[in-house]
Amino acid sequence: MSSKVNAIALKSILYKEINRFMRIWVQTLVPPAITISLYFVIFGSLIGSRIGEMSGFDYMSFIVPGLIMMSVITNSYSNVASSFFSAKWQRNVEEMLVAPVPTWVIVAGYVGGGMARGMLVGTIVTLVSLLFVDIQIHNIWVIIATVSLTSATFALGGLINAVFANSFDDISIIPTFILTPLTYLGGVFYSISLLPEFWQGVSQINPIVYMVNAFRYGFLGISDVSLTLAFSVLIAFIVTLFIIAMTLISKGIGLRS
Amino acid sequence: MKKALEISNLEKIYKGGFKALKGIDLTVEQGDFFALLGPNGAGKSTTIGVITSLVNKTAGTVKVFGHDIDKELEQAKSYLGLVPQEFNFNQFETLLTILVNQAGYYGVERPLAFKRAEKYLKQLDLWDKRNDAGRMLSGGMKRRLMIARALMHEPQMLILDEPTAGVDIELRRSMWDFLRELNQQGITIILTTHYLEEAEMLCRNIAIIDSGVIVKNTDMKSLLATLDQETIVLDIDKISDTPQLDGFAVRLTDDHTLEIDIKKSQLINNVFAQLSAQNINVHSMRNKSNRLEELFVSLVGSGQAVKQEVN
Repeated sequence: MSSKVNAIALKSILYKEINRFMRIWVQTLVPPAITISLYFVIFGSLIGSRIGEMSGFDYMSFIVPGLIMMSVITNSYSNVASSFFSAKWQRNVEEMLVAPVPTWVIVAGYVGGGMARGMLVGTIVTLVSLLFVDIQIHNIWVIIATVSLTSATFALGGLINAVFANSFDDISIIPTFILTPLTYLGGVFYSISLLPEFWQGVSQINPIVYMVNAFRYGFLGISDVSLTLAFSVLIAFIVTLFIIAMTLISKGIGLRS
Repeated sequence: MKKALEISNLEKIYKGGFKALKGIDLTVEQGDFFALLGPNGAGKSTTIGVITSLVNKTAGTVKVFGHDIDKELEQAKSYLGLVPQEFNFNQFETLLTILVNQAGYYGVERPLAFKRAEKYLKQLDLWDKRNDAGRMLSGGMKRRLMIARALMHEPQMLILDEPTAGVDIELRRSMWDFLRELNQQGITIILTTHYLEEAEMLCRNIAIIDSGVIVKNTDMKSLLATLDQETIVLDIDKISDTPQLDGFAVRLTDDHTLEIDIKKSQLINNVFAQLSAQNINVHSMRNKSNRLEELFVSLVGSGQAVKQEVN
């Protein structure tokens, strides 16, 4: 099909995906704002004031980038996982499968939808955080690049999860048992330099450490890991997950009999 | 005449080893109104699934307007519109959104898609519901929505899998008129249905599939011409014993109703003459079932071939 046809198809999937999470904004956009406010009140104001400085910044300023990133990760992932699984469950994914839509357009459309929600929620959370702390920006391009690549990574992860899922339980298992622990252990609330050497080494295999630290660098100019390594990890994840998603959907795994 | 669909030696074996299609061959000419009939589990939906790429085939070739689905899948898909058996639209989206997005998947720009959506929703009497979510529609409306959706990219071939299932007779007839009109505009239509009357009324050519094998593939007139016997039902004055009619099989189903089997070579006059001679008055007469149903039953093993449904 021509690139114009593909562009219109991609626009349609993006429109559908963005329309979906905007239609149910009370479920998709409001909860992250409430959750993040609670984090700021509890960890920032109540507990944070007793912690003191972390890597040269007051605790509230230190955790802001991590909290924003946490919202981006969970929302990018869950948007694609629930939307694609719902499309499988209601069988309306067949609308795309019978149409001349190339697999890459389907993947790009859903990932784009996940990125849109992740970044919109990230923006909302950033605005909420302004109520609690003055945010400084060290390098806006690092912030934009990190949030884009991270949301793409987790949107792809959510898509792969949905391809394999057979029930709504299956799309909550990975966020609950893998994503949340990795996020909490990914340096959102602490600098990994505070950990014993062994656990610092273990943290190196947690990809979220790289995302949170690159993002924090964009705001505060500090990072526990090298920026080059952080972006390399992100790109490697995106390429790998994209190839997996393309292969699964092309073969019709979980989609075609 | 160009071939709209060419299926050759198509096989499908599902996981677990169930052989749904056992090497079927089928050709549908452009502009045809074609019926694909068969009992549950015969392989109709599997065949449609393979044509529309919702089911991966095990062997064989499928060409849509000359485009092999193995080599030119996207081109082949662009000719097809599918109305599936199950409701498969997003129940939470509005009718307009469903239709406009579907058109977008085929590369139709949104302004044109909105115009087409209006046209088809009006034609199918759904325009008033355009801003309602799909889940708010009745069963018949949902079926019509799926027809509208399948037409949004103006396909050259429309495949309808049991489109009138669960639809009342009045609505069914209006859908028949709509489909006839589409066919007259040049759209090739392939129809599977449980209502054999529907196939007889609409289709010019027919294939009967049973247990994954095409048992008959011919034109409707030739098929009906092979029918050797019909059963008529007569409403009569009350009688207590079954009358004996020379040369005819007669059954008294209740004290006011007679069923009589009449072969093609026999005359109905003969029946009436014998009944008059026995002072039995006939008030009305009708066919017991449509003719195609009788043929269908004889071709698929006395109608007892109800197997596991494969969708």
